[in-house]
Amino acid sequence: MIDTRYQIETPEGIDLQAQLAGPAPRGLAFLTDFSIRAVIYIAGSIVFGIFGWGYGFILVLLFLLEWFYPVLFEVLNKGQTPGKQLMDLAVVNDDLTPITWHASVIRNLLRTADMLPFFYLFGISALFITARFQRLGDLAAGTLVIHKILPTDSHSLPEVPAQAPAHALALDDQIAIINYTQRHHQLSESRQQELAEILTPLHNRKGLAAVRYLQGMGRWLLGDKS
Amino acid sequence: MKQHEFEQLHQGLWQTLEECLANPKQPLDKHFPQQYRQLCQHLAVAKSRLYTRSLINRLNNLVVECHHILYRHNTLSEQKWLWFLVYGFPQAIRSNLNFVVTAAVLFLLPLLILGIGCYTHSELIYSVINAETVASFEAMYDPQNRSIGRERDSEEDIAMFGHYIQNNIGIGFRTFASGIVFGLGSVFVLVFNGITIGSVAGYLTQAGYEATFYQFVVGHGAFELTAIVFCGAAGLKIGFSLLAPGRFTRLQALKIASRQAVVIVYGSALMLLIAAFIEAFWSSSQSLPLSVKYSFGAAWAVLLTLYFSFSGKRYEPR
Repeated sequence: MIDTRYQIETPEGIDLQAQLAGPAPRGLAFLTDFSIRAVIYIAGSIVFGIFGWGYGFILVLLFLLEWFYPVLFEVLNKGQTPGKQLMDLAVVNDDLTPITWHASVIRNLLRTADMLPFFYLFGISALFITARFQRLGDLAAGTLVIHKILPTDSHSLPEVPAQAPAHALALDDQIAIINYTQRHHQLSESRQQELAEILTPLHNRKGLAAVRYLQGMGRWLLGDKS
Repeated sequence: MKQHEFEQLHQGLWQTLEECLANPKQPLDKHFPQQYRQLCQHLAVAKSRLYTRSLINRLNNLVVECHHILYRHNTLSEQKWLWFLVYGFPQAIRSNLNFVVTAAVLFLLPLLILGIGCYTHSELIYSVINAETVASFEAMYDPQNRSIGRERDSEEDIAMFGHYIQNNIGIGFRTFASGIVFGLGSVFVLVFNGITIGSVAGYLTQAGYEATFYQFVVGHGAFELTAIVFCGAAGLKIGFSLLAPGRFTRLQALKIASRQAVVIVYGSALMLLIAAFIEAFWSSSQSLPLSVKYSFGAAWAVLLTLYFSFSGKRYEPR
């Protein structure tokens, strides 16, 4: 099955989950980093030019930016270069532990191979072929790029009195109603009514009343007392 | 137990852990591992009771961050650098001697063939390098010049140092990285450099520029050429792991080989850094007598041979 969820079992016997990052956010992160590096390089060239330290320092700066900018940020900043931070991505080892020096150096040295033959063609092809969106450097280093955090819901529940359901509900139905209640802010009002009215034959309510009835049931199922 | 009851019951623990994560500077509470295991249990319970995705995600995020703290891999310490120099690097070379020898042959064979070829038939160089480049090499090493190598004033030493770092270490890294294409990239870089260096050396020798050419090259040659061969060997190693993975899957073999090969690359980068120093500040100097420059180069060659043959050997597993 094609799935961007990645699971790893920890010694505590639970499955840790991470959401793998696809080509689009990674490309944007790369472009951001590329621009930042370009700006640093230009600024550095101007500063060194003004103070007359010359060409040598500029080349050393270019060398450091080219090879060590990603390594230093990844290892010292929890797997995030500024571009990745902007996109909320992070590089981790494939056991979901923080990236190590070796792994970061390998994946960034092999960037050269990913760039072959031009415009990151090997790297991008590898991203699409592998199941976990890994470029060649990631494959060799055993690293993954993940979304830093899974989405959590901080919205409050709808303000309706909790209400015990009139019928015994199967587990699937309970979950459906709970999710319906919790995601109220993601659905437009008319969509909420449309969904609630599917159950009209059972509860004989229409429109807003149906929505509030289901939401009340959701709150009750979550553990609120009426 | 309903979800809200569950949340209220354990909210305290989750908040403690969240606060603990928010201040990474503070030393960890000694109960942290125990709290972490409790948190893991909460996550497992939440999953098996099919609590909402939002709660499960929140707990999962928290577990991942705590997991990062508890299970971080060892990072480099100062002693490890020393250990790398005394044991890690020379041992990595010795245990990958087959790749090092292969890389050396791939580099030296074309070097010798074209060196002898261009020495005996000087026009051969034009089939390898274009005429303009040949002319620029001739100008660089003309004994009439005040300074040799790339033409420059002594103030530009630092500029050249930057150039050697950016260019040469970059070449070393690319020689390694391109090896992932089944070793082909590394083979190409090694043979290509062998051909170029061999034909230039052969051509300049027959042209009578040998004194200026060799006294420039001899100082840093031991470091630079050896390091490029090592980078090539590291590249061949990762390429070979894909061709002949043995009892592993190709992916596992690649991971294992990269872990070992990158040690060689660290060492080679260090050697190229030293080479850049010598090349920028020593090799181009004309005030030193030839005998000093040749003995300097020879001394480094001997020291490097001894270093790679014996350093850390006593710690090797038998």
